[in-house]
Formats: sequence, C-alpha cells, structure tokens
Amino acid sequence: MEHAISFVRRLGASLVDSVWRLGFAARFMMLLLIYSGQSFRRVHLTIREIYFSGVLSLLIIVVSGLFVGMVLGLQGYETLQRFGSGDALGVLVALSLTRELGPVVAGLLFASRAGSAVTAEIGLMKVTEQLKAMDMMAVSPIARVVAPRFWGGVISMPFLAAIFSTMGVLGGWLIGVVFIGVDAGAFWSQMQAAVDFRYDILNGVIKSVVFGIAVSLIAVFEGYDCTPTAEGVSRAITRTVVSSALAILALDFVLTSFMFRG
Amino acid sequence: MSFKHPLDECFVRLKDVHFAYGERSILQGIDLSVRRGQVVAIMGGSGSGKTTLLRLIGGQLRASQGEVRVAGSELSRLGRNDMYALRRRMGMLFQFGALFTDMSVFDNVAFPLREHTDLPPEVIRDLVLMKLDAVGLRGAGKLMPSELSGGMARRVALARAVALDPMLIMYDEPFAGLDPISLGVVGQLIRRLNDALGASSILVTHDVHESLAIVDYVYFVSDGRIAAEGTPDEIRASRDPFVHQFVHAEIDGPVPFHYPAEPIGQALLGSSG
Ligand SMILES: Nc1ncnc2c1ncn2[C@@H]1O[C@H](COP(=O)(O)OP(=O)(O)O)[C@@H](O)[C@H]1O
Ligand SMILES: [Mg+2]
Repeated sequence: MEHAISFVRRLGASLVDSVWRLGFAARFMMLLLIYSGQSFRRVHLTIREIYFSGVLSLLIIVVSGLFVGMVLGLQGYETLQRFGSGDALGVLVALSLTRELGPVVAGLLFASRAGSAVTAEIGLMKVTEQLKAMDMMAVSPIARVVAPRFWGGVISMPFLAAIFSTMGVLGGWLIGVVFIGVDAGAFWSQMQAAVDFRYDILNGVIKSVVFGIAVSLIAVFEGYDCTPTAEGVSRAITRTVVSSALAILALDFVLTSFMFRG
Repeated sequence: MSFKHPLDECFVRLKDVHFAYGERSILQGIDLSVRRGQVVAIMGGSGSGKTTLLRLIGGQLRASQGEVRVAGSELSRLGRNDMYALRRRMGMLFQFGALFTDMSVFDNVAFPLREHTDLPPEVIRDLVLMKLDAVGLRGAGKLMPSELSGGMARRVALARAVALDPMLIMYDEPFAGLDPISLGVVGQLIRRLNDALGASSILVTHDVHESLAIVDYVYFVSDGRIAAEGTPDEIRASRDPFVHQFVHAEIDGPVPFHYPAEPIGQALLGSSG
C-alpha cells in the first residue's frame, strides 16, 4: 500500500515536472520569436553563428556526402544490374539523396557537430553566470545569445543538406560512371528526366528546413535550460544529440507520409 | 528619469522581505536601506542568502513578501522594460566575474556601451580606456579572459560594471580568492569609484577587516534576518556575541559551523542498522 502511494506520488511529481518544463519551453519559444526581430536588426551576430554552425560543419558534410553517394553507387548498381537497368543508377542516387538521405543524414550530422556545440556554449555561459550578468546589464540573453544561434542554424541547414546531396550525386557518379563504367550520358539524362523540381527537390528542401528548425530549437533550449553544473551541461549535450536524432527521424516519417504518398 | 524626491534619499530600501527557493525559506523579514553616496556591506556566513539578497535588489528574483524599492520604484510593480531601464543604472560584479569568455577585455568593457548607446566607435574606445585605466588595466585591453589572473578578471568585471556610470553598484564577494595586495587594491577601488560616480554601493563579503576599512555601514545576515547592524566603529565596539564571533573569526558561537543535521552518533548508528 505504501509502495503504491509513493509510486503515485512520484508519478504525480514527474507529471508536474514535465508540465513545468513544457510551460517553460513554450515561454522560451515565445520570447525567442519576440526577440528575433532585434537580432535580425543586428545581422552580424547571426552571420557569425552561420559561420560557426554552417561553415565549420562543411568539411564533415562534404566528406560524408561523398561517401554516402559512393556507397549508393555500389549498392544501387549491384541491385539495378540484376534487373538489367544499370543505366538508371543516376535516378536512384539522385532521388535517394534529394528526398531522404540529404536532409536526414545532413540533419543528423548537423545535430552532432553544430547542435551539440551550441548547447555546450550556451550551457557553459550559464554555468559561468555570463547569462545572468548579461541580464543584469539589461541585455536579454535570449536576444543576444539564443536568437542568433537559433537563426544561424535554421539558415545553415538547407544549404548543408543541398551540399550533402550534391556531393552524394558526385560520389555516385564517381563510382557508377568512372569506376564501374555506366554510360555517362544515360546516367545524367535519366537523372534529369526523372527528378522533378517541385516534387523531389522542393520537398527535400522543406524537410531540411523543418529539421533545421527542430535541431536548432532543441540545441538552444537544452543549453538554456541545463542545470548549471559541469554534469548538467554534459547531460544537456547528450540530450541535444539524442532528441535531435529522434525528432529528425520522426518528423521525416511524418513529412514523407504527407509528401510522397502518390 | 529624475530621482529628486525626498523619499529617494534611501536609494535602496528593503522592508520585511521574505524569499524562498521552492519550499526552502532563505530570507525571513529583511529590513535594510542604502542611502545615496553610501557604501554598505552585507556580511554573513556562506549560504546565509547574501547573493540571493543582491539578486532581489537587482530584480532577478522576486520577493515572496515585503517590498524592495530601488530609486523610488517598487520592483514588483515594474514590467520588463522598466526593469531593464532601471538595470541600466545598476552595475553588478558577480562572484566569479562572469566575463564573456568569447570577447577580449576591451570588448567586455565596451559591451554595455555598445548595447545601450549609439556612441561612435572612437568615443566608445576612449570611454573603455578610461574605465580600464581606473582599474589599472589600460594595457590589458587585447587580452582574453582566459589569460587573466583572478584579481585582474575581478578588476575587468569591475570596469565593465561601471561602464555606464551606474547609480548603484553591487559587489558579490569582490575579495574572495585575492592575495592581500590585490585585496587592498580592489577595496580602495570600490570606495574611489563610488565617490567619483556619486553612486551607492552594496558590498557582500566575508572579509571583515578589509570592508570595515572602506564602508559606511554594515549589516549582518543570519537565519534569514538582519542579526546586527551599525557603522564600522559601532561594529568594532559591539558586544553582540554574533558580531564578536564574526569580527574575531571564532569558530564557535551563534553562527553554527555545521549545516543542520541529526546528531552524528545517530547518523552513524542509523547507517549500520
Ligand atoms: N537557484 C537556487 N535554487 C535553490 N536553492 C538555492 C539556489 N541558489 C541558492 N540556493 C540556496 O540558498 C541559500 C542561500 O544562497 P546564497 O544566497 O547564494 O548564499 P550566500 O551568497 O550567502 O553564500 C543556500 O543555502 C543555497 O543552497
Ligand atoms: Mg554568494
């Protein structure tokens, strides 16, 4: 009986906790939107964050894109070959990348490279009371620290996904055309014929924008909300990477089911 | 804003202020006032709620009961914008400096000026150099916070706290972890800055001797209340056991060394049984 009571009590406490956190997150998001205007007026802050989260993620995005494209080239050719349609390799590589792998894998890489860094940075600023100090100087940390990092991430993400897909297509071409010997004309012309701008590319871009918003929001929130200790920051970073990955995969399923039902 | 009203003689006034973190009550009825031009020290053991008190005066925390007035405004009535307007007239030195680690010393001191004024870069440069000069670090502008010693970081934070010529400066343990020479330097700085700006200062500290030398009035906080108060002379002469313990650094006295706990015998027996 006592166990049951304490169980119910703990359940209630954790429920109250979650509701608090949800309320805090909602308030945070509202302030973020309100203060975004201010941070747009000082564009240099956002540009700096685009540099930190976007440009510094470029290398990992380029290299990973190339490898993923090369693997697609190998696996795709091996399968298509069995049905005698090796020439369609370009289509397979391009569609897989623009529709799915580009946004999803770039999003996952972005979360672990840039999202975790943003959480760590904001979390450490909280630990060392820099955020409180800023607030005491009548400068809102959400306007000065959080909003530029959020928008920097949102803006970088679609470009990173596009670069990832481009590199992937090059990787597929490298394996398919240069090494295996698929006809270059067929590779490119079938790709051009089969990839629709609206249906494939635009939907891919929408996905990458949505993932960019999700990852950036998770990253800034976890940093801002972390327990201000070394352990708290490290846990916040882990949560950023894990929640971002889950959010990307879940959102991808939802978006795909709406976009590509036909 | 104009602060000419006679009631404002007390630049900061706390009346019966209560505060709790969740269930845990920290302050239970604090009365305290700081007049213009005064440097006031708040002393008390670790965890007695001194930092909390500063954050209440800075408006980062709200009293659960009682009123906190700064420059004539009752803080609980201020909206976000008015609060920020008031904070532009306050400077706060955080316990660990809280310098922005991604900016140089110069940019740290320039930060409030750039955020709150439209002054041209040359003017900002001159102002920053003046503030850095006042703390003796004019040559250190290019250094990053990670390259500073504890005492230097404290002085940079001080320069940043007074960048906008505040009317109220709050110091959270400005002497902690300083060597005796830096300690004297920082102490004299606090007094000089206060007098030069015609400001009021609140100084939270453990360091009785250094602060008695520079302040006008002292409050002792214990158990969430003001346990004693007076001018430095009154404090030195005080027979109050609490003050005596503090001034003469005795371990035993009204201020307990132990955090409240069950008797140790019971605790040890409890864990084995
Ligand atoms: N954010 C917080 N949440 C809960 N308790 C806190 C928090 N900050 C401080 N406390 C507690 O409040 C008490 C007073 O803290 P503080 O004002 O920092 O003391 P002081 O500065 O005098 O050492 C301490 O016992 C501390 O554990
Ligand atoms: Mg403290």
